[in-house]
Amino acid sequence: MSASPAVSAPLSGRSQANASAPVRIAVKNLDFYYGTFHGLKNINLNFHDRQVTALIGPSGCGKSTLLRTFNRIYSLYPEQRADGEILLDGQNILDPKVDLNELRARVGMVFQKPTPFPMSIYDNVAFGLRLYERLPKADLDLRVEESLRKAALWDEVKDKLKQSGMGLSGGQQQRLCIARTVAQRPEVILFDEPTSALDPISTGRIEELIEQLRDEFTIAIVTHNMQQAARISQFTAFMYLGELVEFGPTTRIFMNPEKRQTQDYITGRFG
Amino acid sequence: MASLTEQIALARSDAGIVRRPPSKGLDGLFRAASYGSALVVLLVLAGILGSIAYGGWPAFREFGPGFVTSTAWNIGTEQFGAWVAIVGTLASALIALLIGVPLSLAIAVYLTQLCPGWARKPVAMTIELLAAVPSIIYGMWGLFIFAPLFARFVQVPVSNLVEGLPIVGTLLYARVPSGVGILTAGIILAIMIVPFVASITRDMLDQIPTILRESAYGIGCTTWEVVRHVLVPQASVSIIGAIMLGLGRALGETMAVTFVIGNANRLSASIFDPGSTIASRIANEFNEADGMQLNALMALGCILFVITVIVLIVARLLVRRAKVA
Repeated sequence: MSASPAVSAPLSGRSQANASAPVRIAVKNLDFYYGTFHGLKNINLNFHDRQVTALIGPSGCGKSTLLRTFNRIYSLYPEQRADGEILLDGQNILDPKVDLNELRARVGMVFQKPTPFPMSIYDNVAFGLRLYERLPKADLDLRVEESLRKAALWDEVKDKLKQSGMGLSGGQQQRLCIARTVAQRPEVILFDEPTSALDPISTGRIEELIEQLRDEFTIAIVTHNMQQAARISQFTAFMYLGELVEFGPTTRIFMNPEKRQTQDYITGRFG
Repeated sequence: MASLTEQIALARSDAGIVRRPPSKGLDGLFRAASYGSALVVLLVLAGILGSIAYGGWPAFREFGPGFVTSTAWNIGTEQFGAWVAIVGTLASALIALLIGVPLSLAIAVYLTQLCPGWARKPVAMTIELLAAVPSIIYGMWGLFIFAPLFARFVQVPVSNLVEGLPIVGTLLYARVPSGVGILTAGIILAIMIVPFVASITRDMLDQIPTILRESAYGIGCTTWEVVRHVLVPQASVSIIGAIMLGLGRALGETMAVTFVIGNANRLSASIFDPGSTIASRIANEFNEADGMQLNALMALGCILFVITVIVLIVARLLVRRAKVA
């Protein structure tokens, strides 16, 4: 695959990177270990407010690992450990005193495969809300509708809110998971290869959705698909073997990469 | 031009790759053997059912539908009824579920969610070892060790406490605090079903995809919320199946129950009082039974079979309903 046809068309219509946007997440000297394996090596990286930052790189390069540090989901596994600092609005979230449940409401996450909970469509969205806010029924209804609208799912499910979320198609399920995340009004949304299990049409809808969500949320997305990164992100970070090789506005990374490794990867010479 | 498949077939035959003609005889034998094996199961089942029903028929004919509802069991006057044994069977199995199921769920959740990795194997092994203990050992231990302790530290103090109170004064009052009775049988049965229910539930919780669990934690759930709202509902169908398997075992368990249930043919409202189950009644009396008594025991066997089948059907229905929802 050559870079030019894949990249130039989508890039033209996309809004430009705003490097002066405030920094939402600042990663400083981050090292990550799976037991004795050194998974991330001295990562330094900023995520800007209301911009989409794509993390790309070959399998095993550490892009998902990096994403999983931002909501500390890795701390479910005692053998995994992070050193360094990750500042979310200036507060170091690697601090052991950080309340993990609250952090995860502030930093939402959407996974590789749709993961609807075994409950109704309505409850899938309301469940996360009920954990943190005690809302009267009418307000809860409004928030559920608002979240489903933001996830571009409302029109398809408004007549079957009481039905199980498991009965939806794969793409709908993934949008339900996005609605569930949006409902908590997080500051940051993490997408871990959100379209890898979806067909091209569903993938397109999720990409459009991410584009819209950027108005409100700071977004980090891990993707294997370079065209996707080029289409939807303003910033791109290229990682290789646990190191951050290059970071910059997506246009520059794809059109004019500084490092040879980046050039080779985006032109498909390895990966 | 030949199609691709034809080209490949041609190329293969050119290379001398030809399918060896299959042996007709072995295929036929294989088919007959597997067909026959399946048939044997059916025949055995039908044979057992048929012979028990045949043996029990005189009792059903003699006492009519009253055989099920009668509380009599008098060998001298040849008056027989199944009600006491049916109630004892259902009550002891129900108690076993009430105690055993929460315990099993807690164990499964601990093993899959909370237990540190190094302790997982040994704890799981220990629980599965419970299943390897022969039921006669449970019976002996229940009668000689558990029952006296239970009488002294539970039955006597509780009876003194509740005496004269409405409802609990009846339900939990031991007229003869001997330690044996319906509740004792239920407790021993609970211990016996825990390894089954716990290990199936653990396997099911383990099979839930990691990312579903991570998603639940990812919206800020605590471990309890993840287990209560996501993992257990996700595995609910299999958990119902596991519970029904436990119930089936509790209904039919004979040896351990015969030791600790007291073997009284008396209908009592107190779960501290002795009673009997269908299985324990049969085990106790089969040796010396003849005539109508033997027919009555056979009829009891039929009833136990019917109860087990009903449990199985209810389980199927529950599982199907849970799958649809």
